[in-house]
Order: sequence, then C-alpha cells, then structure tokens
Amino acid sequence: MYEVLFWFLTIMAIGCALGVILSRNPVNSVLFLIATFFAISGHYLLLNAQFLAVVNIIVYAGAIMVLFLFVMMLMNLNADVEPQKSRLAQLAGMIAGGVLFLVILAALRTASLSVLDKQSNDIGLIKNLGKVLFTQYVLPFEISSVLFLSAIIGAVVISRKEEVHSTVADGSVNTSDIK
Amino acid sequence: MLLMQINTAFIIEKVILISVILMGSLGVAMYATWAERKVAAIMQDRIGPNRAGPFGLFQPLADGLKLFFKEEIIPDRSTRFLFILGPCLAMLTACMTSTVVPWGPDYVTSAGRVISLQVADINIGILFVFGVVSLGVYGIMLGGWASNNKFSLLSSIRAASQAISYELAMGISLIALLMMTGSLSLRDIVSQQHGFWDGHWFTWNVFKQPLGFIIFLICSFAELNRAPFDLPEAESELNMGYHQEYSSMKLGFYLFAEYINLFVSSAIIITLFWGGYNFPFMDKVAGGVSPLLFTIVCVLVLLTKVIMMILFFMFIRWTLPRFRYDQLMRLGWKSLIPLALVNMLITGGVILWVLK
Repeated sequence: MYEVLFWFLTIMAIGCALGVILSRNPVNSVLFLIATFFAISGHYLLLNAQFLAVVNIIVYAGAIMVLFLFVMMLMNLNADVEPQKSRLAQLAGMIAGGVLFLVILAALRTASLSVLDKQSNDIGLIKNLGKVLFTQYVLPFEISSVLFLSAIIGAVVISRKEEVHSTVADGSVNTSDIK
Repeated sequence: MLLMQINTAFIIEKVILISVILMGSLGVAMYATWAERKVAAIMQDRIGPNRAGPFGLFQPLADGLKLFFKEEIIPDRSTRFLFILGPCLAMLTACMTSTVVPWGPDYVTSAGRVISLQVADINIGILFVFGVVSLGVYGIMLGGWASNNKFSLLSSIRAASQAISYELAMGISLIALLMMTGSLSLRDIVSQQHGFWDGHWFTWNVFKQPLGFIIFLICSFAELNRAPFDLPEAESELNMGYHQEYSSMKLGFYLFAEYINLFVSSAIIITLFWGGYNFPFMDKVAGGVSPLLFTIVCVLVLLTKVIMMILFFMFIRWTLPRFRYDQLMRLGWKSLIPLALVNMLITGGVILWVLK
C-alpha cells in the first residue's frame, strides 16, 4: 500500500513537473505546477506531516498559484505564442540552470539519508511543529518574519507607483506571510 | 503512514455515511434554490414559484430537468478541456468540505460498536476546510478564462482577488478562535461546546469570540460570492459573469455548486461558532431517551441550526445592495484584516493574563 502510493505520487510529481516546462501554453504550465504541488503534498502525508501537506496546498496551490494564474490569464489573452529569446539569454539560462543542478546533485551525493520511523505518527502534528519552531528554531523563524515584513513594505512601495497592480502585489506577499 | 483498522464493516459504514451526506447536501442545496426564490418573493411581496406541485415544491426538479434537456454548447474559440474542467472543479470542491463536519455525536450500538457520524476525523480538520475552500476559486477562474470571453475573464479575476483578499481576514479571525480551543479538529471543537452553559459562561464559541464570528461571517459571504459581495456575477456590469458562455448542465453545476457551498459553509459556521449539534439541556435529554433517538435529535438540531443559517444568508442577500468593487477591497484590506488582527491580539492577551 505504502509502496504503491509512493510510486504513484513520485511518477505524478515528476510527470507534472516535466509538463510544467514542456507545455507551450503558460496556463497549462501553471495547472501542471498545481498538480505537482498536490503530488508533493501527498508525499508529505506519507511522511506523517499532515500540517505541512495542508499548508502546502493552502499557500501554494490555493493562494500563490491563483495569483500566477491570474497574471497568466491577463497576459495570455490574445495569443499563446511565446516570444523568441535571444541566443545569449538562452545560453545564460542554460548555464544558470546547469549550475543549480550541479549544486543540488553535489548536496544530494553527500547527504546522509535518515530513515523515517513509519510507526510514529505524531512528528508532523501542529503541536510538535509549533514547539520546535518556537524553541529550537526561534531565531531563524523570527528572521524570516523580518524578511516577509520587508517584502510587504517593498510591495507597498511598488504599488504606490503603479496603482493598477496594487491588488496583485499586496495579495501575493501578504498571503505568504500570514500563512 | 498510520493505517487505520480497515475491515468490511468499517467500509460499509463509511460508504453509507458518505452517500447519505452527499445525497443530503445535494437535497438541501436543491431545496435551497426553492427557498431562495420563496424568500425573495416574500420579501418583495410576491408569491414566488407555485405552479409545480404544492407550494411549488417540485420547482427544483423541473429546473434540473430543464437544464438537462437544454442544448449543450461549447464555444468555438474556447479552450475545450478547461471549459469542461471548470464546472467539474466547482462541484468537486463544493462536495469535499462536508467530509470533516461532525454531523452528530458518536453512536454506540448495543454490540459496543462505536459509529462516528463524521466521515474523517483528521486532526487538522479546519485547515483541510481552508485548503478546499482556497481551491474552490479554480473552478470559477478556469471556467471564466477558458470561455474566451472578456466579461467572463473580468469576472473570474474579480472572483480570484476577492477570494484571496477575504481568505486572509477569515484565517486571522479563525486563529483567535483556535487559540481558545487549542485544537484544529472539528470534533474536538464541537465537543468543547457541549451543552450551553458550563456554570460560568456560555459554552458556544460565538459568545467567546463574537467579533471573530462577525468577521468570519462577512468573509464567508465574500467567499461564497453571495450578495452583497456577488461582484463576480454582477449582471449589471458583467452580463452574467463567469458562467456566461455555459449552457445546459454545466451552467447547472456552477449554480448548484454555489448552493452546496452555502449549505456546507453554514454547517461549518454552526460547527465552529454555534455549538454544532449541541443544544441546551442535552444531558437531561440524553438521560431520558434511547441512544439512537438522542443521536437523531442531535442531528436534527444541527440541521435546524444550519437551515436557520441558510435563511439568514438569504435574508441578507435580499436586503442589502451590492458593494462597489473598490468598497469591497477597502472593507477587506483596511477594515476586516486590522480588526481581525486586533481581535487576535486581545484574545491572546486575555488567554495569557486573565484565564491563566
């Protein structure tokens, strides 16, 4: 049962992630990305992290991707042809992506994989998560909240100049901050 | 993953429960359309539907039949797959939320078997509701965009920004409630509201979090796209809104999903704030009647409260005029969110210094 679910979710996640970069229509890419988030949430559930799974859906699939879709729909009104980038931009993108891939690969090679205890079913509960966040990791937690605050201020500054996009900018930053 | 004790009896029990809840919410939604017309008629001094059956009671059936037999039109320039996916998603998300609502107390059979009247008691029940609600907007967005119609697109953009803006205030008002309850499970929240009076104060959360309840209620109006916040389907500005290009049962799904959402969100509001299936003197009633009868009474009490909530939603719809869009955004961002934050801070202070 566990194995079947794991492989199903893995294939779904990888397949949808490939769909994101391979589909020509940006709206389809966004929809594939949402499906990828669902597969990843399923993985969190398999790891007993219910809170993380549901927050992943609320924040990413429910709020941030709605805003992505929002922007895509507005930009994609007339044609779904993407503008051709110059050779230089393509090359730069390839190098940047390749370097990121190398870093991830190097990190994965040296990482030690700890085995999850499948019997324990309380590691992902909100109570334990809160205790860990506010005792052991309180400093990084507070620093990240300052980061979000600066992002909110940045969004307000930007929306002052461009009245038209104010709702979009405010929404995206504040949503990720609160949740 | 924790695998539950799954056996045949368990599966049968859950299948029956799920079918009853699904059929029940469809039935209530069906008659909510009838009730909406009757309420509107009474409030506007008209008679309302009275041709099909006694008091027009067969009107929803006639409407459904009409929608089924209408010609199915998919616009030529639409994105076909997403055009079909839109109403499906709207219906799916509308039906999913009812899984975590506890519809009644546990019933213990004479054989000692405990039957839970809740499909799934997940310990993050309220977050599950939130997740599904936040996905609900996709049905409207995709349908509106795929129609390839400017009015539909504008409507779906309105719906998305409205939903996201009001989700924030809703979430913050819930945080204050969850600080009081200390649990995210809807079953725990209901059992904490047992009875009506615990000797010092009312047990129902609405008396502990009145401001939170009002904020949550206003946000529910916005999330449900109901008047006075029904901007996405403002017919005077957008013709019909996101379902303009839809015909036949796809249109029916959109309209119907709205009423299922109305029913389920009323049930959630009742569960969170108005005590769920609890009622005054329930301990005396439980001592006096058989367990089966007590469970039925509890379910009926819950349904009565839910129907009263639905009627309240309808009275508001036919009383207040529609907001303007900038007023809607100002109310959400500049009034409700600060109010919800203040409510959260006061609740935290009271818990920290008064109750401890």
